Amino acid sequence: MNSPLNALLVVVLALNLFALGTSRLVTVIKIVSLQGVLLGLMPLMIEEHVEWESLLAMGGTILLKGAVIPWMMMRAIREVEIRREMEPLIGFLPSMLLGALATGLALLFSKSLPLASEHTAPLLVPASLATIFVGFILLTTRAKAITQVMGYLVLENGIYIFGLLLLGVIPLMVELGVLLDLFVAIFIICIMVNHINQAFSSLDTRRLSELKE
Amino acid sequence: MNMFIHLVLMLAMPPLLLGVINKTKALFAGRKGPPLLQSYYDLIKLARKSVVISRTTTWIFIAAPVVTLTSIAMAGLLVPLGPFGAPVSFTGDLILFAYLLAVGRFFTTAAALDTGSSFEGMGAAREVTFACLSEPILFFALLVLARISGSLALGDLLHAPLDAGGQGDIASLVLVAIGLFILLLAENSRIPVDDPNTHLELTMIHEVMVLDHSGPLLGLILYGASIKLFVIGAVLLHVLFPFQSGSALLDWGVFVAEMLGVAVAVGVVESTMARLQMRHVPYLLIAAILFCAFGFVLLVR
Amino acid sequence: MDMALIITPFAAALIAALLPSNRWRPWLTPAAGLVHFILALRAVFGTAPRTGGEWVGFDPAGKLVLLLVSTLFMVTSISLIGYLKSHPRRANRVFVACMLCTLGSMTMVAWSRHLGLMWVAIEATALCTAPLIYFNKTTRSIEATWKYLLIGFVGIALALLGTFFLAYSMLHAELKASLVMDDLLRAAPHLSKPWLHVAFVLMLVGYGTKMGLAPMHTWKPDAYGAAPGAVGTLLSGGVTGCAFLCLLRIYQICCAADEFAFVSPMLVFMGLFSMAVAGVFMVGQQDYKRMLAYSSVEHMGILVLGLGFGPAALFGTLLHLFSNGLTKGVLFLSAASINRAYDSTRIDVAHGVLRRLPVSGGLFLAGFLAITGSPPFGPFISEFSILNAGFGTGHFVAGGLFLFFLLVVFIGMGSTVLPMLQGREAEPAAPSMHRDSFWTVAPPLVLLGAVLMIGLWIPVPLNDLLHSAVEFLEVQP
Repeated sequence: MNSPLNALLVVVLALNLFALGTSRLVTVIKIVSLQGVLLGLMPLMIEEHVEWESLLAMGGTILLKGAVIPWMMMRAIREVEIRREMEPLIGFLPSMLLGALATGLALLFSKSLPLASEHTAPLLVPASLATIFVGFILLTTRAKAITQVMGYLVLENGIYIFGLLLLGVIPLMVELGVLLDLFVAIFIICIMVNHINQAFSSLDTRRLSELKE
Repeated sequence: MNMFIHLVLMLAMPPLLLGVINKTKALFAGRKGPPLLQSYYDLIKLARKSVVISRTTTWIFIAAPVVTLTSIAMAGLLVPLGPFGAPVSFTGDLILFAYLLAVGRFFTTAAALDTGSSFEGMGAAREVTFACLSEPILFFALLVLARISGSLALGDLLHAPLDAGGQGDIASLVLVAIGLFILLLAENSRIPVDDPNTHLELTMIHEVMVLDHSGPLLGLILYGASIKLFVIGAVLLHVLFPFQSGSALLDWGVFVAEMLGVAVAVGVVESTMARLQMRHVPYLLIAAILFCAFGFVLLVR
Repeated sequence: MDMALIITPFAAALIAALLPSNRWRPWLTPAAGLVHFILALRAVFGTAPRTGGEWVGFDPAGKLVLLLVSTLFMVTSISLIGYLKSHPRRANRVFVACMLCTLGSMTMVAWSRHLGLMWVAIEATALCTAPLIYFNKTTRSIEATWKYLLIGFVGIALALLGTFFLAYSMLHAELKASLVMDDLLRAAPHLSKPWLHVAFVLMLVGYGTKMGLAPMHTWKPDAYGAAPGAVGTLLSGGVTGCAFLCLLRIYQICCAADEFAFVSPMLVFMGLFSMAVAGVFMVGQQDYKRMLAYSSVEHMGILVLGLGFGPAALFGTLLHLFSNGLTKGVLFLSAASINRAYDSTRIDVAHGVLRRLPVSGGLFLAGFLAITGSPPFGPFISEFSILNAGFGTGHFVAGGLFLFFLLVVFIGMGSTVLPMLQGREAEPAAPSMHRDSFWTVAPPLVLLGAVLMIGLWIPVPLNDLLHSAVEFLEVQP
């Protein structure tokens, strides 16, 4: 019964690597939103009886990650007219290989983690760890503000995957609260991106270096 | 009987796939597009033309299209179509399969170098470079299937997804399917790796190697390329849609429909994506290698 | 009853967002602050039994933070009126609304006894304060806000992961997983240890980022430097206090799980490291607002160190949470006044403060003495109590280092503050109309009075509250 879930998870892992390998911002946004939709569908494959509460949370996740956030990000990059990530700190190929290495290690070593017996078969834990790591790579090695935000979203997706182990433990209120926070965060970030572009004529966060010791 | 159908399909269907791809692209672009059978007309037209051969070339130039076509057709005999067995099958034939594809490639590039044109030499260099990355994809994919099936004969190994019934290994199979689809695009010079429609751009790979071929020789090359699409498509289909109903007629029908579906998918990809920059192509191929490798890791962990 | 504490700020924020008058809008903050303060006093010192079920409710630790937050907010909201009066042309709709929302979400943190809910509330404080830091709309404030947001988000995301791990440690022990504090405390002895350990580390890093512990403190000097003084007060006293409360929760769970031996060295190390980093950056600091930020890093370190010293130091730690918050208010508010008079945060420009702004300068001096732990102010008592407990529990090296770093910080801060306050005004210093006024002087004065009072004599209700909080945190399942 875990097969479809695992299939979705490896697609999520594949999307991680594509996100690391591409330089086009639009593609990264599309990849991350597709990832969000896949994550939103996963509870369907875990729970045997889907209740209206989890349906609501799923709908919220899919709507927010699959539609609203990509739309806001697209608008933001349209306004600032930026298409590509140039000169990342670590090149696209090395960062992709690094992500792949992390994914491989996560897959190999998740067996030795102390997991409850019903959680050893699905790939939830390794997928979560690998996605979190990929999010960190995007966050730390990319220079453009937008890509860093996408990295944060990937990181958040990774944490969401781990949260799938705890379905039913996290109450609906909290899940919706997390989603609301995410929405407001991205909203504020889009405003900030616009202002950064106006003030610095660039989205290169390396220019944000006025404040230091 | 099934062997006969296998041969007929393998020899007759491939140009139709090109027609389907072009039709799909035309529909996406809002054009009417050439008729579905256009590729057949092209091949007939080329067969009736005379050949112009450069004086600087040697016998390799003439031999290459023939050898390429033959080797690919032989490779096609090793691959089972749908749930049916392959005409030729023995343990370890997956190595032969990979080498037959490589022989075809070797002669094509040799002929390109034979012309002495720097332009074609460049295409040959690119072809070989990318081949270094696309062959591991195939090997890793076959490795995963061999691990699942426990067999080293293509005929049994490709039926592994069918026999496994999608239990447990589906995650690996999804990864392998992604890798094989990228392999399909790369091996057959489709977008986003190469653009089959441009002949004079500095960025293309396969088309630039065959610039000096004309008439029936060019026809053989085009025909061989379409068979290659068919053969690799057949490999992909085993992983993507393992299906068996029991009735031979229905199975063949489903197989043909699936193969046309692959052609449509290729057309859709070509219509919606731009060709990658040449220096980004290796990223895609390496990603495909990694996917297949992960598939293997998942199995053995 | 408790609900009103949450509703008041958010309702006031809604009114602020709808109110068209730029001139009258700032008055909403002290109004809401006052109502909130009265309600908070009733909730903290009232005898009404705890309400609100398992998810929410004010336990003694929550009450302490609520009291701190509410006091700080009410006092700073008064200075806010003066601040916004001096910027009459700037639209303050977003500013006032966000200020009130910050109060609401901080109250929410103190109120929640469900770790998921608490996480949502902490993230909300980060979101509400970002526009406040950005208020000046200069390139520097953009940069500061960006760093604050990004580092803060990543930190809080890790805390969420830690929260999930904590829930998983329950699941792994084949218990019914839950994130309610009561359930967690009850189940603590049976939790799966590896997951609990990782959860603690992640939450220490995550909420530590929000508190500004080194080495996750890098956003702090930038954000505090760019934020208006009132916002600096709320951030350094209120928001960090809330983050510390989150840390207290996981600390309590770890103690209940009999894992104090695991968490203690980490807390001690983080605390000392933060103090060391703050000390290094404070020596020779040329910007007095950034200096305050490093001072905040130092005091967060002291708090964590106090936790690491164990139950004996809890009273001092909680008292320090309180006294540090109030003293930071004195410093930030008087610094804001100095900043306005000189239009610079650099000490080579701001010279001879005592001559130009005798009262604000005096307050700043008093605040400096208080925060570096000189008697007879509150922080002296709390730091002494922590040190005492440290030596009492055998942490001689850590205690010695603690004293040493306090000395470094005193020298570093003194070498920045004293030249700035004394001496002549630099001749070319830009003339300014800004002088001490009621709005700028009264709020820090009130806070200084409170700090002094804590130093001399802790009021009985506060003392009782502190003791009940210590008792509450020490309690074993």
